[in-house]
Amino acid sequence: MMALVASTVVCFVLWLLLTFNGKAWGNDEIIAGIIFSIIGGAITAKLVEKDYKPMSALRWLMFIAYLPRFFYEMAKANFDVAYRVITGKINPGIVKLKPGLKNNLSVTILANSITLTPGTLTVDVDEEKNLYIHWINVKDKFFEEDDEKCRCRYICSTFPDWARRLGE
Amino acid sequence: MIWEIIYICLGIGIFFNLLASIGLIRFPDVYTRLHAGTKCTTFGGIFISLAVIIYGLWKWYDGDDAMISLSIHAFFAMLAILLTNPTGAHAIARAAHMSGVKPAKAVVDELEEVKND
Amino acid sequence: MNVFMIALVLLGISVAIAMIRVLLGPTIPDRIVGLDTINTLVIAGMLLFGAAQKMIIYIDVAIVYALLSYITTLFIAKYLQGGEL
Repeated sequence: MMALVASTVVCFVLWLLLTFNGKAWGNDEIIAGIIFSIIGGAITAKLVEKDYKPMSALRWLMFIAYLPRFFYEMAKANFDVAYRVITGKINPGIVKLKPGLKNNLSVTILANSITLTPGTLTVDVDEEKNLYIHWINVKDKFFEEDDEKCRCRYICSTFPDWARRLGE
Repeated sequence: MIWEIIYICLGIGIFFNLLASIGLIRFPDVYTRLHAGTKCTTFGGIFISLAVIIYGLWKWYDGDDAMISLSIHAFFAMLAILLTNPTGAHAIARAAHMSGVKPAKAVVDELEEVKND
Repeated sequence: MNVFMIALVLLGISVAIAMIRVLLGPTIPDRIVGLDTINTLVIAGMLLFGAAQKMIIYIDVAIVYALLSYITTLFIAKYLQGGEL
């Protein structure tokens, strides 16, 4: 029941944003929006995870704090790709990483962040939530390191901690 | 003033989109091409939609009421690009590895070692 | 000449360069990477065209095109790795 209400409210807010055209909404638009968002909410309600903890306000604030950091890494990634396109210096390989995350949301956030940050691309995830990453410039120091936290530093800086804070 | 900001955003966006397609030509195998094709088009797409959002907000401020919806819709298009692009890249990379494409010039391939065990 | 139209022409050039990879690509995943890139470029082009003509309907089309092209990419990838559709 909570899932139905939540997805209906999300659909209705989306409807209001997409039909806004500078003036206040008319009555007919509001009524049509309620009908369509109940239909959309009923269809999508079973996709909402049952054991999903509601996003607290703190988590949204943390997500906003995460964005500038993420955007900085993304800009760096693009200049890195630009450098490699022009010079053609690559040393690629696929490496395994154990970030130690538990639920699906945090793994999704981490995998998408890794794909958009410098020199790395997530290829596969196995059952124990280990990530397989295509790395465009493999450093030898990575294999000398034993501690898993230090290995993560080379590929995705502090993103596993951020993903844990945002998703678990 | 606002035109200059729009020019800069458009310039960055076009530069990285061109770079993405040049990278597609220059890199040697699927995985490195995905690096160029995913990162650069996402970044360029974000800047192009930022230019459209700024343009819409500016025209709205000047008194054209309907242009605010240009900004809102462009923002949703930006969200769609940002969420769907990396996920599609994962799908392609996984499918390529499962269908047997080896990474060219690779120094290490730990996924292949796991699959052979 | 509208600045958005000039940007659109430059985007068209990069679509043409990406099209070379679709035509050349030695393996099927190469062609799919090219198609995925072209999809994103077309979305950006639709945004620019909507802003140049001040027609909001093009931006709506861009949102729907983004979601549909994502589903297409997922289906092709699923087909390629040999699973059931």
